[in-house]
Amino acid sequence: MSETIDIESEYVTRVEGHGNIVVNVADGEVETCEWQVVESPRFFESMLVGRDWTEAHHVTARICAICSISHTTASLKATEAAMGVDLSAQDERLRKLALYAETLQSHVLHLGYLALPDLVGKQSVLPILDSHEAEVEAVVRLHRLGNDLTEAIAGRSVHAQRHLPGGFSKLPDEDELDALRTRLESAWSDVELVADLLVELSDELPDFERETEFISLTHPDEYAFYDGTLYSSDTGELDVEDYREIVDEVVVEQSTAKFTSHARESYMVGALARLNNNFEQLGPMAKAVADRFGLEPGSHNPYLNNVAQLVEIAHLIETSIVELDTLLDGGLDPQPDYHTPDVEVEAGTGIGAVEVPRGVLFHEYTYDEDGEITDANCVIPTNQNHANIQQDMEELVPTILDRPEDEIELTLEMLVRAYDPCISCSTHYLDVEFVDE
Amino acid sequence: MTERPRVAFFDFTGCEGDQLQVVNLEERLFDLVEVVEVVSFREAMSEHSDDYEIAFIEGSVVTAHDEERLAGIRENADVVVALGSCAAFGGINAIRNDQDFETVTERVYGDDADMIEANPEARPIESVVEVDATIPGCPIDREEFVQVVTGLIRGVEPTLPNHPVCVECKLEENECAFHRDEICLGPVTRGGCGADCVGEGTHCWGCRGMVDTPSEDAYTAVLEEHGLDAEEIVEQYQLYWGWQRPERATQEEAQ
Ligand code: SF4
Ligand code: SF4
Repeated sequence: MSETIDIESEYVTRVEGHGNIVVNVADGEVETCEWQVVESPRFFESMLVGRDWTEAHHVTARICAICSISHTTASLKATEAAMGVDLSAQDERLRKLALYAETLQSHVLHLGYLALPDLVGKQSVLPILDSHEAEVEAVVRLHRLGNDLTEAIAGRSVHAQRHLPGGFSKLPDEDELDALRTRLESAWSDVELVADLLVELSDELPDFERETEFISLTHPDEYAFYDGTLYSSDTGELDVEDYREIVDEVVVEQSTAKFTSHARESYMVGALARLNNNFEQLGPMAKAVADRFGLEPGSHNPYLNNVAQLVEIAHLIETSIVELDTLLDGGLDPQPDYHTPDVEVEAGTGIGAVEVPRGVLFHEYTYDEDGEITDANCVIPTNQNHANIQQDMEELVPTILDRPEDEIELTLEMLVRAYDPCISCSTHYLDVEFVDE
Repeated sequence: MTERPRVAFFDFTGCEGDQLQVVNLEERLFDLVEVVEVVSFREAMSEHSDDYEIAFIEGSVVTAHDEERLAGIRENADVVVALGSCAAFGGINAIRNDQDFETVTERVYGDDADMIEANPEARPIESVVEVDATIPGCPIDREEFVQVVTGLIRGVEPTLPNHPVCVECKLEENECAFHRDEICLGPVTRGGCGADCVGEGTHCWGCRGMVDTPSEDAYTAVLEEHGLDAEEIVEQYQLYWGWQRPERATQEEAQ
């Protein structure tokens, strides 16, 4: 290994979006080590201004397809909070289920299609098909299951059609839900298959720890996704109302995406943050999966976010079965066809905070008395992780300089991918570059 | 075109929902790679090659860099397909085309607005390069995608339906949104989706774009019944047509 490192590799692939890793080493000294995100801005917060309260969720779903139900949900919660709209217990349960199903889909996509190839040393899921046919089939089945459950509730898995402020335009078919419940039950063997493979490959996950702050929602009654208050592993419970101060967004020189910080220089959101903060509320199967990897609360290895996603996959299946049982017990309360929930339009401001695949997501809107948006703010999880990726890189790079260049590059790419950044929400370029001086 | 054409996927400014719809073909994705060779698909693989025949392009053009990159892709590809509404006609991104650009950047980036490089308008790819086929939709329909790919392999000339969503809505026997006191863009929106959103209990949002000539092709019966004309709903109620609307107006004027 030479003293001077110069690697330039275009586009870190298999993440949703692009970014740029620049590492510059001269005479064994790290001179530059930057996680740059070059944004191809979409301006959603401006696009929302002037839109009607009936349109906000439709527009914001298009921020990101992989987590479109998540944006829809945060958006509807913000609108409902602004106008004081209550949701029936049934509708809230359906909202949760759609969110769980999308998170399942997203985690399976990340783990199976995007992260697993790294661990097997392949470029995509296709070549793995030859060596691990059963596991790939299990991944595809789980992915389809997440999508089918979303579709049954939302009408479509990408960009929901039935979600409305105050409820749903159409209810799911009970027989379809029942059939999905059966499929969820039989999904355990697929989770086992994927877990077996990941356990076998877990030595490939770099052994790197850096203490950081974990921020997520927390809820007294359940492992929080749909609702809750904010929780920091450093400072304890926080008010969702104070989210702007907590995320403290800044635009940094090296990147056009905003960076965030709270109690220290950076914090982490996402599956690992949730698992660390709310471990006790995971279901028994999820805990059993965590146990197979020795994953416990207080894990500070960002690469274990992949494992945390698998644990959550198990949890999401368990908890979806429970929610479905409650829904189907006694049948769904009917509603008229082409239902438009009653909403009393009023001026006001509302925040919607939701745990989505990549971490906590905030939407905040202010409405005027005609129900038109005058101000909008959306803080996406990926942006909250940028600063943490940067800090990880700074600590990690000096410790791996003795390795071959391509191995350093892969280790850094895997780090970025472990965070599962969905940069398409806001940003567009991910390259790894090792610059020569 | 070769027997098993080499295809590549590219994303510009969008939500990547159209590529996700391709991944959502699930098992059928593996059948697809039997008939085409995917050489670039950043969402699902690390490999990349500039040697391809069909380029599927998702997302709108919003920066000067986008324009350059797109021109390069056009040079490499025999066939360029606009995948989804953002690529086809600007889509949801073009909402901001109606807003003052300085206000737009300031709203989102405040004092740092000058660090942002972007064009004042979000545009479809046809504003930069020639496009051979279009798959509209937000997101695209998986079946329509499979049909277009099959057609391209067979060398069939791609076509787009030019009847309004209303035609399909009647076939589906939905209750018309106007009867329910809702505004629906079905009368002026390009069909092909089976009036999907109406079937799901709401109304058409116009995601597949306008019919070729709204003043001629619109489903006027429904509109007249409710005292509206095509012009009015195109001007007042659209979400997706921020680029298409002024563009169509210029074209109609020129005729
Ligand atoms: S057309 Fe719709 S689904 Fe496709 S990129 Fe644009 S917003 Fe996303
Ligand atoms: S009904 Fe309208 S908005 Fe819905 S899919 Fe069809 S064209 Fe798009």
